[in-house]
Amino acid sequence: MSAYFIRLISTLGHLVTSRIDRLGLVARFAGLLLVSLRIALGRLSLIFREVYFSGVRSLSIVAVSGLFVGMVLAVQGYEVLQRYGSAESLGVIVALSLVRELGPVVTALLFAGRASSAVTAEIGLMRATEQLAAMDMMAVDPISRVVAPRFLAAVFSMPFLAAIFSTAGVIGAWIIGVKLIGIDDGAFWSQMQANVDVRIDVLNGLVKSIVFGTSVGLISVFEGYFAAPTAEGIATATTRTVVISSLSVLLLDLLLTVMMFRGLS
Amino acid sequence: MNRSRFDFAVGLFVAIGLLAMAFMALKVGNLAGFDSGSGYAIEARFDNIGGLKVRAPVKSAGVVVGRVESIGLDAETYEARVLLRIYPNYRFSKDTIASILTSGLLGEQYVGLESGGDPVYLGAGDRLGKTQSAMILEKLISQFLFSKAAETPAKAP
Repeated sequence: MSAYFIRLISTLGHLVTSRIDRLGLVARFAGLLLVSLRIALGRLSLIFREVYFSGVRSLSIVAVSGLFVGMVLAVQGYEVLQRYGSAESLGVIVALSLVRELGPVVTALLFAGRASSAVTAEIGLMRATEQLAAMDMMAVDPISRVVAPRFLAAVFSMPFLAAIFSTAGVIGAWIIGVKLIGIDDGAFWSQMQANVDVRIDVLNGLVKSIVFGTSVGLISVFEGYFAAPTAEGIATATTRTVVISSLSVLLLDLLLTVMMFRGLS
Repeated sequence: MNRSRFDFAVGLFVAIGLLAMAFMALKVGNLAGFDSGSGYAIEARFDNIGGLKVRAPVKSAGVVVGRVESIGLDAETYEARVLLRIYPNYRFSKDTIASILTSGLLGEQYVGLESGGDPVYLGAGDRLGKTQSAMILEKLISQFLFSKAAETPAKAP
């Protein structure tokens, strides 16, 4: 009985300490990454290569998703708004929800699934095949050579992708609302322009996407760098990247939204 | 894939991204209408501002001529002190009347300016003499009820 009890308590203790351990590892890794950013920024071609694989290759999925999300918002928004006779406000509703929330958040979720998982698998396999160790042997710092460019590419790509998502969404809403349903074109745009603030809405949305890019990028390179050097370890690391990135994006979004938009009106 | 292909693809990506940001700033958010730094500020005092908010439009004859910059309470007179920033290309006479109006039945509240005939124009930091407070529905209803209650006994005999 008492042995069972002790085991139960120590399992709980291990659960807590291992999480804190992991958090400390992330912090130290982030510090190391921060120090090596200066060297990594000196080699822009490496960063561009990763921007191509992470950012540019995600362009199509982000643009198409944005278009569809905007269209769905238009259909659902119109359905409710026309009950109150204010269908012209469709542009405002769609633009605000896209620019403030859906643009940065959905883009970050798509990015986590499309690009970050690949980065984790890539770095994890480098770890498993001892390429990282080989680099270390050749006095090439794997953090500034492999990890930092991939992290920077995520931070750099995210605001552009989020802007493209929101733009595609607004265009999708315009296609459904103005072209198919027949809302007045002028009212759609003028109401949108009157109620979307560049600083409060657009700029804060971009700040959000940069924060999400930092978090998703850091998680993906961390999970890859510390993946267990086995097939199973890489699989686990990839899954963890997607799960933890998604959760952290949604949690950060809540915190940022409360900080940015609470008490505005 | 060699380096120039990457450069081209990334350049294209950044260009599309910047275009999207410009679209959001100009077409969605209307950056052109947002120039809170320019223009001059005038002060108006109201007994009650109702639901007026910062950045609400200031209109004259239905045309937006400025924005509400800040709202505060005068600690001595207990009046609402509203700072209006008027775009530099509009001028109003000294005896302009400011009133708080509502666009539509449920719409947002804005400040309406009605210019008078004074040849002297308002400058930066001037205070508007004549103002009209927001219409408060509860006060209107209670006034209506009181006047109804006042006239009923007169009719009774």
